[in-house]
Amino acid sequence: MANFECRALGKRYGHVQALENVDITVESGRVVGLLGPNGSGKTTLIKLANGLLTPDAGSISICGKAPGPETRAMVSYLPDRPMLPQWMRARELIKFYADFYADFDTQRALDMLGRLGVPADRRIRQMSKGTQEKVQLILVMSRRAKLYLLDEPIGGVDPATRDFILDTILRNFDGGSSIVISTHLISDVEKALDDVVFINNGHVMLQSSVDDIRERNGMSVDALFREVFKC
Amino acid sequence: MDWEIRDDAPIYSQLVAQIKLGIAAGALSPGERLPSVRDLAAEAGVNPNTMQRALQELERQGLVYSQRTSGRFVTEETDVIENAKRSLADEQVRSFLDAMARLGYMRDDILRLLEARIREESGNGEL
Repeated sequence: MANFECRALGKRYGHVQALENVDITVESGRVVGLLGPNGSGKTTLIKLANGLLTPDAGSISICGKAPGPETRAMVSYLPDRPMLPQWMRARELIKFYADFYADFDTQRALDMLGRLGVPADRRIRQMSKGTQEKVQLILVMSRRAKLYLLDEPIGGVDPATRDFILDTILRNFDGGSSIVISTHLISDVEKALDDVVFINNGHVMLQSSVDDIRERNGMSVDALFREVFKC
Repeated sequence: MDWEIRDDAPIYSQLVAQIKLGIAAGALSPGERLPSVRDLAAEAGVNPNTMQRALQELERQGLVYSQRTSGRFVTEETDVIENAKRSLADEQVRSFLDAMARLGYMRDDILRLLEARIREESGNGEL
């Protein structure tokens, strides 16, 4: 059974067809890049997978189950913008998450906090945007989830932190889980991915492994993306 | 090891080539135990499945072997390593000859240039 699957998935906002007839399968142990220009439907897809939106057509399943309370226990979600209570300190947030999620690994969270140099006793409100993003990512990656849905995880952080984050993602996820990363910073994540899904105007344009793309086209996924989505 | 992943070729085949080079050049010695897939992948900054695929290919070529409980090792068969080294050298020669041909050099000119260069380098070496 796939960790994440959508079949003929559709979502419409009024007159705007945000997603149409989307089929995606993510097997366990895979890291998949969800790539597409702004407004292509990446965030809509991830929100549907989290049960934050309901589909108008088709189906979506996480380890065989429709999004709901049961899947929330298996899915670790990084939203496209930090959503942390501003008044809390990083240390309090870790405790909060540990209370909330049975699969939360407190030691791992504290280790990452230290390695990324985030002051544990500072309030979220007093942190820069990049540091807030680091805290959010630490919380998300400290769970031992079946499926990680990361919406633009590296957008706001510096390149050194980006490397650390990718390293953290690759070292910490185990064979039974899967990761979906939505991003347009392709060259930074390309080497970390198994497969990519190109999405444009709500449609899946291409679904392939990174090495198949390189083999077939003699160019990186980043270069292919620039060619396909040339403005 | 230093890992360098280019944009124009599959990642796994580049990993195969670089580990092979490490073995042929002696940076990885015969019988040496390799780090775990996860550590190698993290070191190279690549996906663990891709590293796994590269190691399986090296296994198929006989350059590494795995022991079920204790991990993966560089082969101890020196003739296999010698062959790998030779084929890497052949590749270098072939691409050198291709590049010279594109510049319009003929066989005799290439040999003359090579000889001159080697003489110069060994001359410098003696100084």
